[in-house]
Amino acid sequence: MALLEVDNLGTHFFTREGVLRAVDGISFSVERGQTLGIVGESGCGKSVTALSIMGLIPQPPAKIVSGTVMFDGTDLVQLPEKELEDLRGREIAMIFQDPMTCLNPTLTIGTQITETIRRHYDVSKNDARKKAIELLEEVQIPRAAERLDDYPHRFSGGMRQRVMIAIALSCDPKLLIADEPTTALDVTVQAAVLDLLDDLRQRHDMAMIIITHDMGVVAEAADDILVMYAGQIVEQASVLDLFDHPEHPYTEALLGALPQIEGEGIRDGRLTAIPGRPPDLISPPPACRFAPRCPYANANDTCTSVMPELREVRAGHWVRSAHPACERAGAAITAGAPA
Amino acid sequence: MSSGNDTGGTLDALLQVTDLHKHFPIRSGLLIERTVDAFRAVDGVSFHIDEGETLGLVGESGSGKSTTGYCILQLLKPTSGSVRFMGKELTELGREDMRRTRRDVQIVFQDPYASLDPRMTVGDIVAEPLVVHTIGTRKDRRARVRELLDVVGFNPSFTNRYPHEFSGGQRQRIGIARALALSPKLIVCDEPVSALDVSIQAQILNLLKDLQRDFSLTYLFIAHDLAVVRSMSDRIAVMNKGQLVEIGAAEDVYTKPQDDYTKALLSAVPIPDPRAMKERKAARRKLRHALAEG
Repeated sequence: MALLEVDNLGTHFFTREGVLRAVDGISFSVERGQTLGIVGESGCGKSVTALSIMGLIPQPPAKIVSGTVMFDGTDLVQLPEKELEDLRGREIAMIFQDPMTCLNPTLTIGTQITETIRRHYDVSKNDARKKAIELLEEVQIPRAAERLDDYPHRFSGGMRQRVMIAIALSCDPKLLIADEPTTALDVTVQAAVLDLLDDLRQRHDMAMIIITHDMGVVAEAADDILVMYAGQIVEQASVLDLFDHPEHPYTEALLGALPQIEGEGIRDGRLTAIPGRPPDLISPPPACRFAPRCPYANANDTCTSVMPELREVRAGHWVRSAHPACERAGAAITAGAPA
Repeated sequence: MSSGNDTGGTLDALLQVTDLHKHFPIRSGLLIERTVDAFRAVDGVSFHIDEGETLGLVGESGSGKSTTGYCILQLLKPTSGSVRFMGKELTELGREDMRRTRRDVQIVFQDPYASLDPRMTVGDIVAEPLVVHTIGTRKDRRARVRELLDVVGFNPSFTNRYPHEFSGGQRQRIGIARALALSPKLIVCDEPVSALDVSIQAQILNLLKDLQRDFSLTYLFIAHDLAVVRSMSDRIAVMNKGQLVEIGAAEDVYTKPQDDYTKALLSAVPIPDPRAMKERKAARRKLRHALAEG
């Protein structure tokens, strides 16, 4: 059995304008020690997925309306808040995008790390402090023992994210959820933090879910990838298979829209922009949610009338589209779709 | 260390920046504040931009790239150095002369949420530069606004709406239309796409390229994203701690970087290719150790 098994999870926001289906029936699993990347653009539901797993969605207006989240054999959706609190931080930890707003500016980082340790373990203040120093050393903060009594504002963005990682690791979680962990950081700092996360994941034998909008970040950090669009999973595969043979028109377009750093004719070339923008999730398109922006949708198909199911086009490669790349080769010419 | 400054500009360059400095005072003291030191945000930068080309200015946060842009537009007063634009020394211009010169040099800002006045309609925002420079009659201006919005791919029938009704990409189009209103020669693009999603980012980058071709614009393109800068620029300048560490043809800077900082920066970029990433990861760890020790 996998460490985490999410089945048909649905999280809706009940707003004055109507029901917003932020996460609309998604299923996936994460094996022990593996890294899953969830990638998508703003509003696709990737962060709400993470918050739903953690039981941290704001209720109301949000509510988990369907599905189960089985973690190590327990359904987190049904778990009472009290027991969820014991589990959070200890079994599953999370780090967020903005390391400044996640740390309390009025407490020293030492207080904030030991607080987490003492919440979950019955240890003395002194022992917790010793453990905190070890953790800071592990995330490679220089002069850890001195820095323990500093306030967050004395740390740079990259160092603050290291502090957040230290807090997340303080109870040796089995699963670490990282929501855009490096988005606020400079590219050289991002590289260092990603390398650190990779080392720690191996040393602690943790599973990790890394949520990002950056295709480059998932390419380097993930074993498996979910591509989300408008609250649904549109493609799911191993990292190599996804980048070698992207199947969903959205995934292809997303990769085409990325400016390249290496290659020829970059300056004169054009990026393949995706026309339009993601749908409104209060009244999404009736069938395929990508159909209005899809270059392959046409009058003769069912894209605007039947919701495509997530189906396996190759071993381990799932796609939700009537026009996956592998089935398009011959059909595209007759249908007159762009190559 | 070799300086990345490009001093070989010609007299006919559209913009020639020479030994530009911008220092911010660091003050100290409780009751009587004294200037104790200076933060050198821009510390001796020289480069030129020829008509019709794009110079990419890339660097990490705090490198001084935006401050450089502001000093060119005289939105910040440079501490010293020269900014020659179309033969005029901008640092010596009076208020009124500078105001007139701004017809030819405009800026597109990073955050389309903060750079548009929420109380003005889209039409008024785009028309404002025309009003300030008293160009055309009210009727002419209305026609020009519709034309500009059409050019940037924004539905001209929405001129009476307010910015908050639009997404980030649409707002950035409004900002670009405003920058184009006075038919400038040079546009300073300060992180124009960093607040946007990838698919929308591609739309805006393509738009900027089309506009450059159609209106023979010259760009100073400031950004932190190395791939974005590469896709836009003819030449690229790399900035670190207030100085240019390297400048050259885009191709050369990216394939044969000379400076260690440029190398570290390029090696840190995650690329959407899992196989290549394995090698890149090993290489960047090595470079980081080398930089830390050296």
